[in-house]
Amino acid sequence: MGRYVARRLLQMIPVFIGTTLLIFLMVYALPGDPVRGLFGDKGGSEATIAALRREYGFDQPILVQYFNYMKDMVLHADFGTQVASGRPVTEILGEAFPVTVRLAAIAFTIEVILGIGLGVIAGMKAGKLADTLILLFSLLLISVPVFVLGFIFKTVFAFQLGWLEPNVNDSMNMGELLMPAIVLAAVSLAYVGRLTRTSVAENLRADYIRTAVAKGLPKRRVVGVHLMRNSLIPVVTFLGTDIGALMGGAVITEGLFNIQGVGGTIFDSIQRREGTTLVGLVTVLVLIYLAASLIVDLLYAVLDPRIRYA
Amino acid sequence: MRGAKSAKWVAIAAVVALGATACGGGESGGKDSGNKGAVDPNAKFSVEVGEPENPLQPANTMESNGSIVTRALFSQLVNYDAKGNIEMVNAESVETKDNKTYTVKLKAGWKFHDGTPVTAESYVKAWNWAANPKNKQKNSFWFSDIKGYAEVSPTKGAPKATELSGLKVVDETSFTIELSTPIPYYVYKLGYEVFSPLPESFYADPAKAGQKPVGNGPYKFVNWQHKKQIEVARYDAYTGPDKAKNGGVLFKNYTNLETAYEDLKSGNVDVLRQIAPKDLPVYKQDLGDRAVDGSNSAIQTIAPAFYTDQFKDIDPKVVKGLSMAIDRETITKTVLQGTREPATGWVAQGVLGYQENAAGDAVKFDPAKAKALIKEGGGVPGNKITIQFNADGGHKEWVEAVCGSITKATGVACTGDSKPDFQADLQARAAEQVKSLYRSGWNLDFPMNANFIRDLFGTSSDGNQSGFSNKEVDALIKAADGAKSLEESTKLYQELEKKLPEYMPSIPLWYYKVNAGYSENVSDVKYNQKGDPVLTDVQVKK
Repeated sequence: MGRYVARRLLQMIPVFIGTTLLIFLMVYALPGDPVRGLFGDKGGSEATIAALRREYGFDQPILVQYFNYMKDMVLHADFGTQVASGRPVTEILGEAFPVTVRLAAIAFTIEVILGIGLGVIAGMKAGKLADTLILLFSLLLISVPVFVLGFIFKTVFAFQLGWLEPNVNDSMNMGELLMPAIVLAAVSLAYVGRLTRTSVAENLRADYIRTAVAKGLPKRRVVGVHLMRNSLIPVVTFLGTDIGALMGGAVITEGLFNIQGVGGTIFDSIQRREGTTLVGLVTVLVLIYLAASLIVDLLYAVLDPRIRYA
Repeated sequence: MRGAKSAKWVAIAAVVALGATACGGGESGGKDSGNKGAVDPNAKFSVEVGEPENPLQPANTMESNGSIVTRALFSQLVNYDAKGNIEMVNAESVETKDNKTYTVKLKAGWKFHDGTPVTAESYVKAWNWAANPKNKQKNSFWFSDIKGYAEVSPTKGAPKATELSGLKVVDETSFTIELSTPIPYYVYKLGYEVFSPLPESFYADPAKAGQKPVGNGPYKFVNWQHKKQIEVARYDAYTGPDKAKNGGVLFKNYTNLETAYEDLKSGNVDVLRQIAPKDLPVYKQDLGDRAVDGSNSAIQTIAPAFYTDQFKDIDPKVVKGLSMAIDRETITKTVLQGTREPATGWVAQGVLGYQENAAGDAVKFDPAKAKALIKEGGGVPGNKITIQFNADGGHKEWVEAVCGSITKATGVACTGDSKPDFQADLQARAAEQVKSLYRSGWNLDFPMNANFIRDLFGTSSDGNQSGFSNKEVDALIKAADGAKSLEESTKLYQELEKKLPEYMPSIPLWYYKVNAGYSENVSDVKYNQKGDPVLTDVQVKK
C-alpha cells in the first residue's frame, strides 16, 4: 500500500506538468492581449504599454514564460501577479477558494446524505411506488437546467415566500449559502441516487446477502454492513470526481447567486485574458482532482478487502 | 406509464418555470418614494459596482468600477455641471492669457484625509509621477499635452527626463501648467480623475496606497474587502462645494446585473447604475417613479476602416448612403427596447457645444436617397460589407438589425463579423486587421464637443483607430484648437461638426441612455454625464 501511494504520487508529476502546460498554451493562444485590453477604446502611451509588457514577461517566448512561471510556482509557491490589479494571484486564490470550498462542502453533504439515502430506499423497494417516485424525482432534477432550477428556487423561496435571501451577500453566512448549495447539489444528487439504487437492487439478490439472511443476522446488519459496503463502490468513484466538479464547475450557480468564488473568478480571468490567474486556479483544481481520485482508490480497499494494490 | 408520468412532471416544471419568469412585477414602488420622510444625514447607502480592475490609484483607473470609487475619494481642481459648465472645486481659479500657460490657484485650507495639507506640490509631484512610464499608470498619456511629455515618455528609446518641464510650482498654493501647443479648453481636462493630487505618503508605497487610498475628496476610505465591497465614509472636514449629504457609501460587488436587480427589489442594495436587458421591459412597472430613464453623454457609431482597400479612397457619399440606409428609429425602439436614442450628430448630449441635428439628413432614414448616393459615389467596392463587433457585449442583435436595414434599402450585402470578446476586438483594431467596418463607441472624457471630434477624427489623435485622415478636417481642428477663447473654440467645433457629413468619418447610430433605478431607502438620486449616480447628493431616509 505504501508503495502504491508513492507511485501514485509520482504519477501526479507528469499529469501536473502536462495539464498546466496545456492550459498555459491555450490561454496564450487565445486572441487578445491582456495589456492592450487594459486600455479599452482609448489606447495608451506606447512607453507605458511596453513597460507593462516587460514587467509581466510578455516580451519573451511562450516556453520561457512557462518555465519561469513553473519555477516560481514550485520553488516559491508564487503564482505570479494579476496584470490589471497588480495583486498577487495567491491572494486572489486565497479569496476565491474558501468561498467555493464552503459552498461545495454544503452541496457535497446534501448530495451524500440525500443521494445515498434516497438511493437505498429506492433500491430496497425496487419496482414499488417509492422507487417510482424517487426515479421520477431524480429524472426531474437531471432534466431541468441549473439556471431554471435556480430561478424557480429564487422566485418561490425568496420572492414569494420570503424565507431566504435571493442572493449571497455574505459568503460566511451558511443560511444564505443553503439555496445555491441545493441547486449546485441537485444534478449530482440525482446521479448518486440512481447509482446507489441500481447497485443496491442488484446486490440484494447476491449470494452473500442470502447467506447473511440465512445466518439469521438482523436486517440492520445485513443492510448496513453487508449490502452497503459492496454497493457503495461505484458511488464512491462518482463522488470522488464530483468533488472536483463541484469546486470548479459552479460557474453558473455562482453567477446566478452572486457568489464570488472559483467559478466566477475563472470566468473573469478568461474574459480579461488573465493567464496567470487562470493557470493558478486550474492548477489548484487539478491538484484537488488528483487528491480526490487517490482517496477514492484508497477507499476501495476499505470497502472491499478483496481489492489489492499492486 | 413511467414515460407519461415523467412527461407530466416536466410539464409541471415548465409551468413553474414560466411562472417564475412572468411574475417579477409583484411589488411596485408606489408614491411614497419622493422626497417625503425624514432624512438621516449620517446613514450610509449602497451602490452596485463590479470589482475594480486596478488598484485605486487615480491615474491608473480607466474602467467604470474603479473610477466611481476614485471620484468619491479624490477631488480635482474643477468639475462640471449637468450642462457641461465648469465649476471650481479644489481650485480657486484657473487662468490663462494665451491658452498655453495656465495658472492654477488652490483654495486654502484643504487637507488630505491623513491631515496633510493639499499644496501645489501635491499636484505637480503627482502628475509627474503618473506621467512617468516607469510607474506604469494606464492613463499616463493624459499628460501628453503638457510641455516636456515627449522627453519623459518617448515612443522610442530611453526617457531623457523624469519630470514634465511644463509644470512649475510658484508658491504653496499656486502652480503653472505650460502646454506644448495652446488648447483653449484645457481646463475641462483638469476635471478628470487622472489630475488628482496625491499625499506625500503615497510615494512610500504606491502599491499599498492603491489598496488603501488617501484622497482629498468628499469621502474617506474605510476598507476594501476584495470582491465583496468597498466602504467609504463622509470626510467631515471637507470644504469643497460637493460635501456629502449622507454618511458614506458601500460599493457592493455584483458579478451580474440580474442579481443586482433582484437585490434592489428585496432591499439589499440601494442604487443601481444600470438595469439588465432581461429586466428592462418590466423595470418601470416594478420601480414606479424610482425608475430612471435619462440621457447619458455617450454615442455608438460604426466606423469604416479607412486603411482597407475597400474604404481607402472611398467617396464620402457612399458612407453617407450607408448611413441613410439605417432605420435608427425602429431599431432603437424594437431591438434596443428604447434604451438608446437615435443620434442626430457626432457629439453626445449633455456636453458643452452639443447641437441638435448637426448631421442633418445624413442620419435620416431614406432608402431611395441612400441607394442613389451610393451609386453616385461609385458604389461599395465588392458590394459587400461586414461590421466587426465583440460578441460578449450584447451587440449582435443590433448589428444584425443594422445590416438587415442596409441590405434591404440598398442591396449591399452586409454581415456581422463577430469577435469572441472585447479584447480580441480591440486587438484586431489596434493591428489594423478590421476587414470592413467596425462597431465603435465613445464615452466622454470631458463634457465639451472637442472631445467627440478632435480625439476621434484628428489624423494623429489617440482615439482615432479607423485611420481616418483628412487634411481639411485636420486644418479645421487646428483652427478650433487655436481659438482665442473657450467659447470661440466651442463654436468652431460646432461648425466643424456641421461639416462632417461631407467627410463622414463615421456613421453615428444612437446616444446611450441611463436606465437605472434605486430603492425606497434613498432619494435625490441623480446621474451625471458618465451615467454614474451623483453620490454626494443622495439622501438616505430614516
